[in-house]
Amino acid sequence: MNPGLLSTTCAVASRDVLLALRNKSDVANTLLFFVIVASLFPLSVGPEPALLRTMGPGVLWVAALLASMLGLGRLLAADYADGTLEQIALAPQPLGALITAKIAAHWLTSGLPLVLIAPLLGLQYDLAGEALSILLVSLLLGTPVLSLLGAIGAALTLGLRAANVLVPLLVLPLTVPVLIFGAGAVDAAAAGLSAAPHLSLLAALLALAVFFAPWAAAAAVRIALE
Amino acid sequence: MNWFRYSSPQTFYPLAGKMVPWFLAAAAVLAVYGLYVGFFVAPTDFQQGESYRIIFIHVPAAWMSMFIYVVMAFWAGIGLAFNTRLSSMMATALAPTGALMTFIALWTGSLWGRPTWGTWWVWDARLTSELILLFLYFGFMSLQAAIDEPRRADKAGAVLALVGVVNVPIIYFSVQWWNTLHQGASVSLTKSPTMAATMLTGMLVMALAFWMYSIAASLIRVRAIILERERNSDWVKTL
Amino acid sequence: MNWGSIGEFFAMGGYGWYVWGSYAVTIVLIAAELVLVAARHRNTLRLTKNGSQANRR
Repeated sequence: MNPGLLSTTCAVASRDVLLALRNKSDVANTLLFFVIVASLFPLSVGPEPALLRTMGPGVLWVAALLASMLGLGRLLAADYADGTLEQIALAPQPLGALITAKIAAHWLTSGLPLVLIAPLLGLQYDLAGEALSILLVSLLLGTPVLSLLGAIGAALTLGLRAANVLVPLLVLPLTVPVLIFGAGAVDAAAAGLSAAPHLSLLAALLALAVFFAPWAAAAAVRIALE
Repeated sequence: MNWFRYSSPQTFYPLAGKMVPWFLAAAAVLAVYGLYVGFFVAPTDFQQGESYRIIFIHVPAAWMSMFIYVVMAFWAGIGLAFNTRLSSMMATALAPTGALMTFIALWTGSLWGRPTWGTWWVWDARLTSELILLFLYFGFMSLQAAIDEPRRADKAGAVLALVGVVNVPIIYFSVQWWNTLHQGASVSLTKSPTMAATMLTGMLVMALAFWMYSIAASLIRVRAIILERERNSDWVKTL
Repeated sequence: MNWGSIGEFFAMGGYGWYVWGSYAVTIVLIAAELVLVAARHRNTLRLTKNGSQANRR
């Protein structure tokens, strides 16, 4: 009996979502980190609204970036430790597809909450309505890319001692384009210009990442399992 | 001639040993000539005065930093695809030299920017991309250092280097975009007015010198790595 | 010839610190790399020799 690709990927994804819902504190921690980091910046640069309005898009995007990096520990490490990942790798379905399922589940429980709470934090930075909605859209397009790139880093560092610190070092340089276009989109919106070019480039990055990142992550998982 | 004869560590080790002095000599000769042209033949720049002479290190180092990353990713990819140990060892050997070139490019870029634009750091598209390239080198070296088992380190590093090499054009493009958005009048370190032929000659000769040097340094390092990794094999014991 | 005197050569039109700071750091780093990598090779060679000699005893 060979279950189909779709049903297997759904099974993997729903398992991960179920596990995340059972350990809500793990999920909440990432969100809390995002909120705290976003609150630290005004404390360090002062409450001047004009300055915060200028800094807001960049700060929120960097905070989202860092929160995503932190959340990656949940993606593969636990399954690697208890042997589940090995079983997944042995499955007849392509490993890239199953990893995509895990990434999707991870994003639903880590990335999407960030996207939804970001406009609230944007209010703290006195961002206007148009900028807030572009913030939402840019993070909606960008956080999956962060999860996809992060999965490569997580897969490369499976079982290593210093994985927590190493993953951001490996992944953050690769996320620079996402940061530039994402924050740039919100900046453009705040300045009254069109954010369409930035958003389309973000969408292009998402398409590229969806195609290539699961493949690279699968290769990295196989290397770790050897 | 069967080049594949040299694809094993055992046969490559003595070959590399013979090549090193030649590459070092070539580097030295080219550097002397390049610096002579750069300091005694090339004229003073009309706008930047004598400070532009940093270009004879800055640009060659920057070129090498990018070239070495591509070569490193190439050898790492070969090692991953064909399961050849020596290719991966070469990639590992290239990384520190590449990182050094990147650092030199950043340092000289900073010292060039200070008199020209008044600040120690210029968020120029090229310099910013160089900075990210330095992070990519460090990531590669850190990942390999964190993995104890050598073949896993080789392969993991290869995946990272290949992901990096695909990303570098994307990163460069996005940084250029960012730079033009945030700086109205584009000040670019490399957009100097049309270069005098002598300046270009000096720069190209120095680039060749840096290339020869990089090969020499990487060959010495790969010899050390070969000995470290193959220390339990018979041929090493009889050295 | 560009330089009237050795003094002019070192002054580099007022940019001496920047130009020579660049060249000096570059030369120092390259020399350091060569020294370190040659030492690494020498040490490894010595260690492998000692190891194999110890086994023979």
